[in-house]
Amino acid sequence: MNSVGEGCTDLKREYDLCFNRWFAEKFLKGDRSGDPCTELFKKYQTCVQKAIKEKDIPIEGLEFMGPSKDKADS
Amino acid sequence: MVKYFSCSGFLKSSWDQVFLAFWQRYPNPYSNHVLTEDIIFREVTPEHRLISRRLLTKTSRAPRWAEKFLPAHMAQKAFIIEDSVVDPESRSMTTLTWNITHARVMSIEERCVFSVNPDNNNWTEIKREAWISSNLYGLSRAIQKFGLARFKSNVSKTMKGFEFVLARMQGETPTRTLAESATVKARETALAAKEKAKDLASQAQKKQYV
Repeated sequence: MNSVGEGCTDLKREYDLCFNRWFAEKFLKGDRSGDPCTELFKKYQTCVQKAIKEKDIPIEGLEFMGPSKDKADS
Repeated sequence: MVKYFSCSGFLKSSWDQVFLAFWQRYPNPYSNHVLTEDIIFREVTPEHRLISRRLLTKTSRAPRWAEKFLPAHMAQKAFIIEDSVVDPESRSMTTLTWNITHARVMSIEERCVFSVNPDNNNWTEIKREAWISSNLYGLSRAIQKFGLARFKSNVSKTMKGFEFVLARMQGETPTRTLAESATVKARETALAAKEKAKDLASQAQKKQYV
């Protein structure tokens, strides 16, 4: 799948491949050894975060699992 | 006023397969409205949970009757945030998805909980809730109604997309033939071109008014 930053798609694919393998073979099986994809993630993030800034996509200040919290209880 | 909707469903695959498919579900033949997908935050917590934030770009077409009430330059794309927590210990995953653009016209928040089906441990249950609201004066009720109808049709696309990706992962499918892939690719390219043309047209229109 394409990245929002046109130049980031290849970096994203490399990272996705690494992540999916780690997620299936380690994380889901409860293996707590470190994540081997951090370097690829960093490279990909540098690219995509720059694209997000350039495109003015309003992602700043959004709380994690944000807006529904108050409604989830009702 | 907020319109509330909830439903549940299941996938005939085990929890770990479904969670894996969750990260690999785009593109699929039912996701033509999804244009881009990015992970913009990811961390494993000390409790061994994976928390992620995904940014999606989707096409967002207003219904024709609403077009004349909306700003002519309104982008035909919407940005969506999808936060998720995967907990392998409890074998559950919770997602929260909401639009961060056009939220005054229509805001949709969706919460899904994926867990092992209690009656059949090889299946995965999905409980889905959604809150739909609009702050557009005089039209909010009509927009909510439209939003709910579209949300329901998107839920069915999401489930079909999941089933497709799961089948592909399990090697049952029809991995798409080259010809089919080419058709999908062509459709995506055409869609991108259409969006671009619309952008240009609306820019041109704006210029006329200046």
